[in-house]
Amino acid sequence: MPDPISSTARTRAALLAPAMAILIFAAAGPLIIVVLYSFLTPGDYGGVVWDFSTDAWFGVLAERDFFTEQLSWADAHLTVFWRSIKLSLLTALLSFIFGFPTAYFIATRPRRSRDIWMLLVMIPFWTNLLIRTFAIMELIRNEGTINTVLIAMGLFTQPVQMLYTEFSLLLGMTYVYLPLMILPIYASMERFDFRLVEAGYDLYATRWQVLRRVILPIVKPGIVAGSILVFVPCLGAYVTPRVLGGGKQLMLGNLIELQFGQLRNWPLGAALSLTLLVIVMVALIFYVRTVGAEERGHG
Amino acid sequence: MIEIQDVTKVFGSGEGAFRALDEVSVTIRENEFFTLLGPSGCGKTTLLRLIAGFEGPTGGQILLGGEDLSGQPPYRRPVNTVFQSYALFPHMTVAENVGFGIKMLGRPKSEISGTVSEMLELVRMSHLADRQTSQISGGQQQRVALARALAPRPKVLLLDEPLSALDFKLRKEMQLELKRLQSETGITFVFVTHDQEEALTMSDRVAVMSDGEIRQIGTPREIYDHPAERFVADFIGDTNFLKAEMLGREGESARLRLASGQEVHARASEATASSGTVTLAIRPEHADLAPEGEGVLGGTLEDIVYFGTDTHYHVALDGGGERFVLRKQNQPDEDRGYQRGDRVGIRLGRSAGQVLRD
Repeated sequence: MPDPISSTARTRAALLAPAMAILIFAAAGPLIIVVLYSFLTPGDYGGVVWDFSTDAWFGVLAERDFFTEQLSWADAHLTVFWRSIKLSLLTALLSFIFGFPTAYFIATRPRRSRDIWMLLVMIPFWTNLLIRTFAIMELIRNEGTINTVLIAMGLFTQPVQMLYTEFSLLLGMTYVYLPLMILPIYASMERFDFRLVEAGYDLYATRWQVLRRVILPIVKPGIVAGSILVFVPCLGAYVTPRVLGGGKQLMLGNLIELQFGQLRNWPLGAALSLTLLVIVMVALIFYVRTVGAEERGHG
Repeated sequence: MIEIQDVTKVFGSGEGAFRALDEVSVTIRENEFFTLLGPSGCGKTTLLRLIAGFEGPTGGQILLGGEDLSGQPPYRRPVNTVFQSYALFPHMTVAENVGFGIKMLGRPKSEISGTVSEMLELVRMSHLADRQTSQISGGQQQRVALARALAPRPKVLLLDEPLSALDFKLRKEMQLELKRLQSETGITFVFVTHDQEEALTMSDRVAVMSDGEIRQIGTPREIYDHPAERFVADFIGDTNFLKAEMLGREGESARLRLASGQEVHARASEATASSGTVTLAIRPEHADLAPEGEGVLGGTLEDIVYFGTDTHYHVALDGGGERFVLRKQNQPDEDRGYQRGDRVGIRLGRSAGQVLRD
């Protein structure tokens, strides 16, 4: 008679195998390679030479003067870090400012039309990223739609420079990632009991107080989730800053690509990738701390 | 206190328009436990929501203490609501829920905590002040909802079927509790229910509503003993309806001839005609069985149904298929000795019947 326990264990191992395989080959494996590369020496034509070195990690934040060998802050890198974090935070903020009212609007429509509204939100999201980015470019470039109209109306004589600025990056990324903010807010808003709004009004809370003290605290998990969902891909955004920043407004993603491409410094690229990962982890820990702790508290 | 004057509420427009309230007028007095009673869709909740300010009337106006409320948002009305679903704030503790209203009124912190503990004391919930609202039972949530609505000391407390989600025993308990709270606080209660028993046991006055209109306003006894029209008689309690011919009326006392040929006296309002065929309403417990040949009606016992506290006798009246139901309270080990098929008479008390307005 087969031992029922060991047979269960074998079945469990078999069922877990595909998931484990994916974890090992798609997540852990590449990560180990990236960590490994970040401690090697760059090859002359790309790739790596198998010599241990911590130069890449120094290079993330510092640079050595070519002649005097003196160490100084890597200003170019710091600028890119700062720009990436700043623009990602601003994008999350802008997405919230536009996304929250949108989600509120959709959640308060009759049940039947909500799906249609959500579909309208999702359609751009399903469209190719490059096409959407070029559409934005067409709108804001110097000879583009907006400038043509502004000049035709006589409001400006010279086109307004919008493309290749931080503004264009912000506009592009907000447009691209807005659905990721709307979706989780809508999900928590749909579960929200709107009778609580009436209860708030009844208890002398004005519209603003009802929003601040009743609606926002209850849909907060959705807002935090949406902010994370927007912030994280913005940090590593590549296509949008490439097209709308025109090489002038580098973000982390572009900097990393540069190391693996033109600059042929794979170890530095790997170290920068890992730095990006750390920033993302910090954001996720923040999320777990704020929302996770609160949900446990509510039981 | 609250004067509701010719209030009309229409939802939607054109073909799909629904007239929820049709020129309703009623005055609710100070310190009164006033009940709006009616079947679902009669407009009672709509009227409550108009007083609270969640909806605006299509026509007419609502005055509170002589002051017109129209255009005032709910948060500027000294009126609080106990919602059917309780609508407690899930992200706040019991105490925070109770304190929400006075906090929004901008009262100082010391006063808030004082009022909150006083209110929790009042509804006997002090021991659960720091619980989350999801961690207490339905009956306890009900008490918190009450305390929350009473805490700002509103001029009027509106209660929208607050007991409907509770089980039978708890409901009985809360009926007495509400009555106690009302007399202790001296606040005017406007209570909405579809449960006639709730309305009769708790109210000072009841307004019976149907199809967006108030059918009758009166004390529970007036409504029960002297229903003005068929809907009221039918909706509240059980009633026998008999056709009768009006022979004459003096003041509120009418003389009628029943189908059996016998003459009876009954109450009739001044508004009823003094001749012609009318409908007489008689409560099952206001009539008594008699030996055959006695009383004003005769018939055959069709059914005897034992209910514990009382027994119902179903009589098929002679001359036509009309049914008459009598209800007699049971005494210990008493068997009245009636059997199905017995021939019986029916006796009526002097003012047992009420002539209905048709």
